[in-house]
Amino acid sequence: MSSPSSILRRPFTQRVLWALFLAFLFLAVPKYSSDYWLNAILIPLLIMSLAGIGLNLLMGYAGQASLGVGAFMAVGAYATYNFLLRFPTLPLPLSLLLGSLVAGVIGLLVGIPSLRIKGFYLLATTLAAQFFIEWIFSQYGWFSNYSTSSSISAPRLEIFSHDLSAPTGRYLLTLSVVTITTFLILRLVRSQTGRSWMAIRDMDTAASVIGISVYAGKLRAFFVSSAVCGLAGALWAFAYLGTVDALSFNLDRSFQVMFIVIIGGLGTIFGNFLGAAFIVLLPFLLQYLAGKWFGGTISAGDLTNLQRAFFGGLIIWFLIKEPKGLSAIVGNVSRFLSRLTASLSLSHKTHP
Amino acid sequence: MNDFDWAFLAETLLGGLLAGVMYSLVAIGFVLIYKASGVFNFAQGSLVLSAALTFVTLRDHGISFLNATLLSLAIMITLAILIERIVLRPLVGKPQITLFMATLGLSFVIEGLSQFFMGAAVHELDLGIIDVPRAFGPIQLSQFDLIAAGIAGTLVIVLSFFFSKTRTGISLRAVAEDPQAALSIGIRLQRLWRIAWAVAGVVSLVAGLLWGSRQGVQFSLTFVVLKALPVLIIGGFTSIEGAIVGGLIVGASDSLAEIYLAPLLGGSVSTWFVYVLAVVFLLFRPSGLFGEKAIERV
Amino acid sequence: MRSRLLRKLAPAVAIASAAISLHTASAEETAKEQFIPLATFRTGAYASSGIPIWAGLIDYLTYINEVEGGINGVKLNWEEAETEWQVEKGVEAYERFKNGKNGSPVPIFLPHGDPISKALTEKSLADKIPLVTLNYGRTESIDGTVFPYSFPVGLSFYSEASTVINYIAQQAGGKEKLKGLKIATVYHDSPYGKETFAPLELLAKTYGFENIQIPVPHPGNDQSAQWARIRKLKPDWVFLRGWGVMTPVAIKTAAKTGFPVDHIIGGIWSSSEEDVRPAGPVGKGYLAVTTYPAGTNFPIHELIRKNVIEKGKSNLQDPKSFGSVYYNSGITEAVILVEAIRTAQAKYGHRPINGEEAQWALEHLNIDEKRVEELGLTGLFQPLKLSIKDHEGGGSARVIQWDGSKWNTVSDWIKSDRELLFPLIYEKSAAYAKEKGITPRDASAAN
Repeated sequence: MSSPSSILRRPFTQRVLWALFLAFLFLAVPKYSSDYWLNAILIPLLIMSLAGIGLNLLMGYAGQASLGVGAFMAVGAYATYNFLLRFPTLPLPLSLLLGSLVAGVIGLLVGIPSLRIKGFYLLATTLAAQFFIEWIFSQYGWFSNYSTSSSISAPRLEIFSHDLSAPTGRYLLTLSVVTITTFLILRLVRSQTGRSWMAIRDMDTAASVIGISVYAGKLRAFFVSSAVCGLAGALWAFAYLGTVDALSFNLDRSFQVMFIVIIGGLGTIFGNFLGAAFIVLLPFLLQYLAGKWFGGTISAGDLTNLQRAFFGGLIIWFLIKEPKGLSAIVGNVSRFLSRLTASLSLSHKTHP
Repeated sequence: MNDFDWAFLAETLLGGLLAGVMYSLVAIGFVLIYKASGVFNFAQGSLVLSAALTFVTLRDHGISFLNATLLSLAIMITLAILIERIVLRPLVGKPQITLFMATLGLSFVIEGLSQFFMGAAVHELDLGIIDVPRAFGPIQLSQFDLIAAGIAGTLVIVLSFFFSKTRTGISLRAVAEDPQAALSIGIRLQRLWRIAWAVAGVVSLVAGLLWGSRQGVQFSLTFVVLKALPVLIIGGFTSIEGAIVGGLIVGASDSLAEIYLAPLLGGSVSTWFVYVLAVVFLLFRPSGLFGEKAIERV
Repeated sequence: MRSRLLRKLAPAVAIASAAISLHTASAEETAKEQFIPLATFRTGAYASSGIPIWAGLIDYLTYINEVEGGINGVKLNWEEAETEWQVEKGVEAYERFKNGKNGSPVPIFLPHGDPISKALTEKSLADKIPLVTLNYGRTESIDGTVFPYSFPVGLSFYSEASTVINYIAQQAGGKEKLKGLKIATVYHDSPYGKETFAPLELLAKTYGFENIQIPVPHPGNDQSAQWARIRKLKPDWVFLRGWGVMTPVAIKTAAKTGFPVDHIIGGIWSSSEEDVRPAGPVGKGYLAVTTYPAGTNFPIHELIRKNVIEKGKSNLQDPKSFGSVYYNSGITEAVILVEAIRTAQAKYGHRPINGEEAQWALEHLNIDEKRVEELGLTGLFQPLKLSIKDHEGGGSARVIQWDGSKWNTVSDWIKSDRELLFPLIYEKSAAYAKEKGITPRDASAAN
C-alpha cells in the first residue's frame, strides 16, 4: 500500500528532497543566473528574509512589537565593519558572528524596559532606539573610521583566500549564512525557548503562573532577534550594496521588514521568505504589467505613485482578509492540491 | 554663570512652546481617532499632507481662499469618513498592532494617490501672514508662530469644550472608556465614529494649512507625525488635555535640547531626544500624564 | 506533513527557476544606436528637483538626434529607470542596464544621487563603466589613479566651498579681508552635507576666518533651533548646504529670525528655482553658487526652443522650467555625456562606445572655450579639461541672486583654490587606497 502520498511522508524522502533543493540553490542557480538576478533580486531577497526571520522571532513568536529593526541591522553592519577593519586576521565568518552578537547585546539593552512597558508603548521604545542608534553612527566618526560621509564599505570579502566580491561569491556567502541561520532558528523555535515565547505571547500572565520567566524570555527574544537582524544588516552592507551609511538603515527599512513579517505571516519561519519575495518582486511585476497593459503611456513617476498606493491597499487587504499572511494562503493552496491528489489516488484505487 | 543669557533662554523656551502648540494640534487629531477606533493612526501625517496639497492645488487653479478652504474641508471630511468605513470598520476588535499596520498601509495609499493626482512639486502655501520677527523687549518671537499658536490654541479650546460639554463629546468619551456599556445605553457607535473621524479631518486641514505655510507643502510634511507620538506618550493617548500639555512639553524640550544639549554632543539631537524623553516618561508613568491605565491582557 | 513540505518548497523552486530561465542572453546584433541608461527620480521627496533636470538632459539629447543626426551619425537611444532617489533602486537600475541594450554597450552611467553613486563605486569599477557625477560624488575620486571609473565632474564639494569663500572674499574686498570674519555653514546632516567639513577647515586655517558648522537633521523641516543659534552667534555670512525641503525652510526661518537673507549663499544643491520659490517673498536677495546659471538667452536655448520645444518633442512637464537652473544642469550633463562619446568615437570609430572606451575619453576630455562657444554655451558652461589626476576638470562657479521671481547672475566665473585643496584630496584618496588594498595606477601612463 505504498501510495505516492505515504512515500512523500517518509522522513527519508523529505531529507532527500531538501538536499536536492539545497543543491539546486547552491549549484544550479549561480551557474545559470544572470548577474542581474543575483545582484538585484536574489541577494536582497535572501537578506530581507533573514531580517524578517529576526523580526518575526520578536513579533510573531514572542509577541513584542518593534520598529527598531533598522537600528539593529545598522549595529550589525557597523560592528562587523569594525571587526573586519581592526582585527584583519579574523576570518570573515567570525567577524560576522561577532558583529551579530554585538547587535544582540544592544537588542538586549533595548529590551530592558519591556518589563514595565507593554504592547504599543514598547513600539515607542524601539522607535527611540531606532532614531538614537541611527544618530550615533551618523555622529561619531570612530564607527566609520572617520570616512568623509560616515559611510562604510567592506575592506575585503574573502574566505580562506577565495575572493567573494563577484556576484556569485556574494550570493553564495549570503545563501550559506541564511541557510545556516534558518536551520538554527528552526531548531530554536521548536525548543523549550520557542515554546515559552509563544506562551508569553499568548497568555503572559498564565505563563508566569506556570513558572515561565516572562522577563527572561522577552530579553532572550530581543537578543536573538537583534542578533539575526544584525547579521542581515552586515550582509546588506557588504554582500549586497557594498557601501552603506547610517541612513541606509532608517525608519523606512524598519517598516519594510515589518511588512515582510505581516505579509509573510506572523509566527512562521518560511513565511518570511514569501514576504520578502513579495516585497522584492512586486514592484517588478507591477512595472511589467503596466508596461503590458498601458504601453508607455504612464510616466515612471506616475507609475511609482500608483505602485505605492497599490502596495498600501494590498497591505490593508491582507490585514483584513488574511491576517495570517501569505504562508496561510500558500498553505491553503497546497492543502487543496493535496486533497485533490488524494481523491484522485483514491479513485484510482477503487477504479482499477 | 553671571552673564548667562536669560533672555535667550526665555526666547528658546517660548519659541519651543509655540511650536509645541502646533504639535498639540496634530496630536489632537490622533487622540480623536484613538478614542473612536482605538488605533494610533499613522496615516494622520498623510491626511495633513493631502489636506494641504488639496488646498494649494485649488488655490493654484484660481479658487478664492474662502472657497478653497471650504472645499478642502468638505473633501477632508469625506475622506476621513470613507477611511473609517472602509478600513477601520472591518478591523474592529483586531489587535492594536494590526490596526496600526493598516494605518501604515493607508498612509501609503493616501500619499501615492495624492501625489499621483496633484504632483510632486513643492508648493508655497500663502496664508497672508508675513513671517517677520516681533520684538518683546530683549526677546524676539516670530509673528507667524504667534498667530499660528493662537489659531491652534483656539481650536484646542473649542475641542476641549466639545468633549466636556456637548453630548456628542461626552458620548465619545464613554465609548472610548467602555464600548459595551456605551452601547447598552443606546449610544449610536457608527454615528460617533463618523463624527470623530470627520473632526479629525478638520483638524488635519488646519494643521496642514499651518504647517504647510510654515515649511512649504511637500512630502516631508508627513514627518510631523513622528513628533506627535512622543506627545501622545507623554500626555496620554486618550486625553485632549494630555495632548496640549504633552505638546508643550515636547515643543519646549525639543527646542531647549537642540540649543543647549546639541553643541555639547557635537550634533543635532532633535531626531531622538523627545523619543528618549518619552521612554523615560513611560518608565515612570506608563499611561502618560493624563491617560487611562493600560489594561493588561490576562 | 507532505503539504508543509510542498508549501515551503514550491514557491522557492519557482523563484529560483525564474532566476535561471529569465537569464536573457544579449542579442549579438550589430548596434546602430548608442544606448544611454538614465537612472532618474520622478517621485519621492526630491522629485521636484529631479523633473526639470531630466527635461534639460533629454531635450538636449533629442536635439542631438533630431538636428545633428546623432553623434557622427550614431543616434542616441535612452531609457529611464525610476530610482526614487533610493540606493537599492539605483543599484537595481544599474544592474538592469549595465549589459547594454540591442547590442549597444553602456558608455557612462549617471547615478543621479550621492548615496547611489557611493554604492556603485566598486561595482562600476568591476564592470568597467565610468560613473559621472556632475557637481557631486565622492571628492577623493578626483584622483583617477585610485578611482579610475569615478568622475566627479565640474565642481566637487571642495571646490564649491572654496568658490563660496572666494566670493565672500570678493565682497569683503580681497582675501586678506577674510581674516576675522565669522562664516557659519548650515548643512544637511548626512554624508553629503559633511563633505565640506575638511575643505572649510583647511580654508579657515589658511585665511583666518572662523568656521562654524551647524547641522540640520534630515529632512530639515524645522530649523528654529539652528537659526536661533545663528542669531546668537551673529556670523557675517551663512553657507547653506541644503537639499530638498531644507533650503526653503532655511530661508524662511532665517527671515523669521531676522538674519539678512542676502548674506546667505546656497551651495549647488540649494541653487534652483524649486529651492527658493516655496520660501515666498522673503527669499529676495538670497544668493547661490552654480555652474549652470539660469536663463534662456544662451544660443543653445534658442536652438532647443526652435527644434525641440516648438516641434512638440520636449520632455518638459512645466514649460516654466525651461531655462531654470536645474533644467540647465540637465543640459550641462548631456553636453558632457555627448562630448565624451564624441571624443571616444574620434579614437575608436563612429559606432556605439563601451565603458572602457568612454573612460579613456573622459580622462582626455577637453571642452575648451572655443568648443563651448561652438556648442552655444558661452556663459552657461565652464571649460572642462580632465586628466588622470584630475577627474573634476573645472572647479569654477558663478554666483546668482534671487530677485523674488527669477535668478540674476551677479558674478563672473570664480575659481576655487584647487592648488590648496588638491593635496588634501590626494591624501584622502591615498588613505582609501590603503584601506582597500588598491594599487594606484601609474599617472604618467599616457595613452
